[in-house]
Amino acid sequence: MHAQSQKPAPFLFLITCVVCLFMFVPVIISVMAGLVNNYRTGLKSGLTLRWLQEVWSVYGSTVSASVILALVCVACTLLLGVPCAYALARSRSRYARAFEEVLTLPVAVPGLATALALILAYGDINLLRQSFGFILIGHILFTLPFMVRTVSSAFQRPDLLAIEEAARTLGASFTQRFLGVLVPAVFPAILAGMLMVFTLSIGEFNLTWMLHTPLTRTLPVGLADSYASMRIEVGSAYTLIFILVILPILWLLQGVANWVQKRYGN
Amino acid sequence: MSGHAAHNRHPRLLLACLAPATVFFVVFWILPVLRLIALPAEKGWETYFLVLTDSRYMWSMINTVLLSLATTVVTLVIGGAVGVYLARRRFAGRQVLLSLLTAPLAFPGVIIGFFIILLGGRQGWFADVSSAIGMGRMTFAYGMIGLFLGYLYFSLPRAIASYTAAAEAMDGQLEEAARVLGASRWEITRDVWLPQLAPTTVACGGIVFATAMGAFGTAFTLASKFEVVPITIYNEFTNYANFALAASLSIALGLVTWAVLFLARVAGTASSGA
Repeated sequence: MHAQSQKPAPFLFLITCVVCLFMFVPVIISVMAGLVNNYRTGLKSGLTLRWLQEVWSVYGSTVSASVILALVCVACTLLLGVPCAYALARSRSRYARAFEEVLTLPVAVPGLATALALILAYGDINLLRQSFGFILIGHILFTLPFMVRTVSSAFQRPDLLAIEEAARTLGASFTQRFLGVLVPAVFPAILAGMLMVFTLSIGEFNLTWMLHTPLTRTLPVGLADSYASMRIEVGSAYTLIFILVILPILWLLQGVANWVQKRYGN
Repeated sequence: MSGHAAHNRHPRLLLACLAPATVFFVVFWILPVLRLIALPAEKGWETYFLVLTDSRYMWSMINTVLLSLATTVVTLVIGGAVGVYLARRRFAGRQVLLSLLTAPLAFPGVIIGFFIILLGGRQGWFADVSSAIGMGRMTFAYGMIGLFLGYLYFSLPRAIASYTAAAEAMDGQLEEAARVLGASRWEITRDVWLPQLAPTTVACGGIVFATAMGAFGTAFTLASKFEVVPITIYNEFTNYANFALAASLSIALGLVTWAVLFLARVAGTASSGA
């Protein structure tokens, strides 16, 4: 970097320290509270895994439900989103731009409104209302724009047009070109989109709280329940489980993003 | 241009690619939302304007807008400062620190509400400190301050990430020139940094404001005494089964949020085009 940038900046340094404290102290308190016998007496009460075990026995099903739901959501956004991203990247009509705009609305409009609309329209169909499918629909609506945007901008790379044209000239069918040439070429973007969708789905609360039923609970729904009705140690242990599930995914996402940056530049 | 020619030969293929997502989106978003928009009319047209005419709902909206505005301004100032600092320093563990600071982006709002309870709730850290200095067990989690700190918590990571990336891309020569010409720190901040960071400020500000307007999980966990529109909607819907009113408030909330995002984008195009 530039030489002058290492000049001391005490004011910025102070703000950065305060922000770090503000961001990290609650996480540290929470992790600690989930691992000690008694939150009030703190570390002196000794370390234990019993709160984690209790969370696992009461809320274990929400963890697997959330992971499976997020994986299915990733699969659905792939099937719906990747062809859609291709079409949007190749079309220059005004309608395509407008469609992309409309598709992003579920992210711009508060999740509560989308959930309300879904319940009013399809809440009477019991089979759907009482299944995880209802939550899945909400998650797809919310995550699809992220997949489409990420992959669509990768499809727009100019060198891809030439490769696609070459494959066509050599007689490759559309399916061959799409699956054999285009998808591998934008794979890093697809992977980034998948990880993003997984992260968003597993942490989604605004929609999910409205759409869930007592039999269809996800991890964040269980968290809200534990915060309201369980002791602070249990809520903390549950939070720790969420962090343990989400952190590896986030690191992977960051790694992929760096890899994409290195491979294709900016 | 070969791509352009190619797509003209295969408009049907592109439509086929677009079809699954379109069908899904129309069935599960467009139609339900149209229904939502039409619903308040069944109770009379005035239902649409209750957010303006009924003082309770109006105050809930004013609360939400003011809280979101305050969150946005403070987030941008603090996030900008941290972003500029982190972009210009090279120290061991910088990448790790940056990734830890942005990790809370993936936390659901309920977790952030819980964090605020750990800090300022009845059994919280602040209550311990205040009772230790003989002022009784003080709390701030369940009112406006708690909500504001919670909103700040989930907004800061986004601002820090955006500003760090933007500040890394800043042109160092401009700053060097200003320094040589004798500009003070404040003048450099105002005339060199702020204009270069303006597109980030506009884009990030729009997203932070929109997220704050729609945030539900944090206020829900805090059972906040400071009522915001998402909580009002939730109460009207679940506790009073007042669907038309919940729909009307959702429309108002959606309109305000969407309008701010739209304005931010227009301003963003203008500021990056200048």
